[in-house]
Amino acid sequence: MLTRPDRATIVTLLAPPTVWALHFLTAYILAAIACAKGWDPGSVRLVIAAATAAALVFIALAARAAHRHTGFTADTPPHDDPTRGARMRQMGAATFLVAALSFVAVIFTSLPAVFIPDCR
Amino acid sequence: MSDDLSRDTLAEAQAARLRKVWATPRGWRYWSAVNNTEVGIWYIVTSFGFFLFAGVLALIVRAQLAVPQNDLVSPEFYNQAFTLHGTMMMFLFAVPIFEAVAILLLPQMLAARDLPFPRLSAFGFWCFLIGGSFVAGSIFFDAAPASGWFMYPSLATNKDLAGIGADIWLLGLSFIEVASIAAAVELIVGVLKCRPPGMRIHLMPLYCWYVLIVAGMILFAFPPLIAGDILFELQRMFDWPFFDPDRGGDPVLWQHLFWIFGHPEVYIIFLPSIALMAMIVPTFSQVPITGYGWIVLAAVGTGFLSFGLWAHHMYTTGLPALSLGFFSAASEAVAIPTGVQIFVFIATMATGRVIFSVPMLFAAGALAVFVFGGLTGVMVALAPFDWQAHDTHFVVAHLHYTLIGGMLLPLIAGLYYFFPFATKRMLSARLGTWAFWLIFTGFNITFLPMHFTGLRGMPRRVFTYPAGHGWDWLNLISTFGAYIMAIGVLVVVVDVVRALRHGPPAPRNPWNAGTLEWTVETTDENWGVRSVPQISSRYPLWDQPGVLDEMDRGQGYLPDAAAGKRETLITGVLDATPEQVQRLPANSFRPLAAAIFIGTCFIAATFEWWWLAAAGGIIGIGVILGWLWTGTARPPEAATMDAGRGLTLPLYASGPRSVGWWAMCITMVGDATAFISLIFGYFFYWTIHAEFPPPQATGPGLVWPAIAAATGLAAWAAVLAARHANRTGRVAMARLALMAGAGLTIASIAAGAAAILTTGLDPVVHVYDATVWVLVIWTALHLAAGVLMQLYCLARSLAGHMTPVHDIDIQNVTLYWHFAGVTLAVTMAVIGLFPLASG
Repeated sequence: MLTRPDRATIVTLLAPPTVWALHFLTAYILAAIACAKGWDPGSVRLVIAAATAAALVFIALAARAAHRHTGFTADTPPHDDPTRGARMRQMGAATFLVAALSFVAVIFTSLPAVFIPDCR
Repeated sequence: MSDDLSRDTLAEAQAARLRKVWATPRGWRYWSAVNNTEVGIWYIVTSFGFFLFAGVLALIVRAQLAVPQNDLVSPEFYNQAFTLHGTMMMFLFAVPIFEAVAILLLPQMLAARDLPFPRLSAFGFWCFLIGGSFVAGSIFFDAAPASGWFMYPSLATNKDLAGIGADIWLLGLSFIEVASIAAAVELIVGVLKCRPPGMRIHLMPLYCWYVLIVAGMILFAFPPLIAGDILFELQRMFDWPFFDPDRGGDPVLWQHLFWIFGHPEVYIIFLPSIALMAMIVPTFSQVPITGYGWIVLAAVGTGFLSFGLWAHHMYTTGLPALSLGFFSAASEAVAIPTGVQIFVFIATMATGRVIFSVPMLFAAGALAVFVFGGLTGVMVALAPFDWQAHDTHFVVAHLHYTLIGGMLLPLIAGLYYFFPFATKRMLSARLGTWAFWLIFTGFNITFLPMHFTGLRGMPRRVFTYPAGHGWDWLNLISTFGAYIMAIGVLVVVVDVVRALRHGPPAPRNPWNAGTLEWTVETTDENWGVRSVPQISSRYPLWDQPGVLDEMDRGQGYLPDAAAGKRETLITGVLDATPEQVQRLPANSFRPLAAAIFIGTCFIAATFEWWWLAAAGGIIGIGVILGWLWTGTARPPEAATMDAGRGLTLPLYASGPRSVGWWAMCITMVGDATAFISLIFGYFFYWTIHAEFPPPQATGPGLVWPAIAAATGLAAWAAVLAARHANRTGRVAMARLALMAGAGLTIASIAAGAAAILTTGLDPVVHVYDATVWVLVIWTALHLAAGVLMQLYCLARSLAGHMTPVHDIDIQNVTLYWHFAGVTLAVTMAVIGLFPLASG
């Protein structure tokens, strides 16, 4: 759905931050259980790294689709014409920004797993 | 000429019919009103009243702290005062005022006649009034909650330490949360489905984006707290040990559930106020907002990221550093979208010619204060700094900077801005300026020194302090500032009261704003808009020159109320294409009666008067059923109607095309969130115990959960079959399926009961038993509601209200059953299968 060129909806808008939320929960829950149950922190960090990579790829794809919706800058903001096309370009632009924020936020979230090696 | 004359006569007749349909009832019947123009005002006045009350409590707190070793009030009263201050400001002012303002503003901003569920708004308001008065009034009986607004166990679970006040907090506020969720449902459906034709999603006012995001956040933030309240109350009333470490519980679970609510809550109250600024700043800059897409980014981004912050209130509970790291990172990240909003406002002001008025004064002050609070927020988001500042007055200072800068000051800006909208009169610019400077300086004098008292180690919530720690002068200054701020608030109150009678009459659109709420008429008309316009701009009043005149002359959509019924236009989510004319329910005492009886149920439960509670609950459910029966899903007298401008629209739509279906879906998302919170509890205990279920646990086994799941899922299938049979015209078959479904559901409930009753699970002994009990009870209650719905559909079918064409009831009930079915399946898998997997 995200890659279809003719769709820019509330669902596509909310997809990137939803991925951030899922990634955040995965990292937190995994670390919490691992620390409580004494699992090997090394493999947990590997799983978080994999989840981070997957989340970033998905968000990047969503951002690419959103960038297409903006019409490849053929038309500059504010995209306020009363047309379906302007609606799609505006939603695309907003989604692109949300995807960028989500991308950064996923990286933020994964940094503790890089710098904190154990459960102290 | 005669054509013009007849057109005028027609328009007059139409206006007269509209006026009659939308008239506000007089005399004692006034209180049966459900129109947003009445309910919105009541809501605002009530929550503002609670704000003043909570403000007085703050002044008492500040007076007590003015000098060391003060004995102005007793420690017991002090605890009640600060607890109730925080509780009321959060639950009875900050969140409700958002809902109140949105209920008042939104329909006019969308040129809708009203929101889709006016009676739900009224019900929410009455719940809020009753529950709020109950909680607030408790302090006059020395029975107010006294354990802090976060109610931490084990202090608050101990009946000797925290008397009935804790129960009042838990049950009173749970009742109000019902109102919050009701309003959230109303507002989401309102924004998505009640926009005027042509107001595509990229043309809707930014306020609507914020309302959408915030209402969505309420759906995910409040249910965990409701789940927590349930566990908490079960411990207090029946001694189930959820938070008692001696029997396997853990107080930290409460902190998780509370702060999953508590942190997003800060943004739930911050974003709507920023939304007001997003309306005020362009108006006084006289240019469209710069960076519409950036504001959408900021609202969506903040809405999501704010959920990743909850544990930053728990840095000192001993969570592993790795876990703290995730929350610290998210806390830093949320500064990005928050900052974007500030920059968008500054950019908008920079591109326009700013007219400095009272609303702009408050808005500018808000930006300054909020930025300062945001900076200290970044400081406390860092775990090592927080370990030092935790539970000191530094945190008090930080949170007041963010809440007053991010919420109160923008709200007062909104008060000055929208006062002419609501009352048709203007507030005084002179008094407003005085009020601003008094509040602004008073606020800074109060809270700036608290950063230093906090850094010098003065703890929060202490009743008094010894002299000579370097806290004395700073506290005296703070108290002095608090009273200056209070005088400022008093000036606002005086101005409002004065202006209601003597304020100069407001001209139409007094600020020359561009959005549709300013089409409001200067005379008292309750129809919202005379007719619904076709929209082609984000600022129609600026860009569509003839639009106001067209609306007023009844040349838009729905210019008439020919059937003598209240009607509003329903449009598509993305492009606002007209889809349906929705019949709205008229004024009724039923919402008030329902709120009184359901309120009785909650309040009686506080005092453990079980018979009265049960009676209140049962009568309340009866009233709600009567309300639904008479007010919803009525087959119309004709399939379609003329909506004006040559457009004919259906009067009835079911399934995903009906607003009721959306409301059900949204409500159930909130419900599912509460359920997930309970499941979270189960697995939380699993993480803290070496073995969970504990080795001595006996139940619930596999057999009874399996029977419960099988019969319950068969009931779900029966509902699906009933919907299909009804739609395909086999009405008798549908009725049979509904009856079979009800029987199967009752069997499922019985099997669930057997699972906990016959397998030796005792909820008082260990938290494992208690958790299984609570999951089964939660599921059983949902199935019981499912039976009620099946029988309701059956009765509707027999009474002829539900037919193969008119099937809203069964469509919505099926949707409910999807959620109930998943709840059942998950519960049974967790309690039946997980013990096998973990054992």
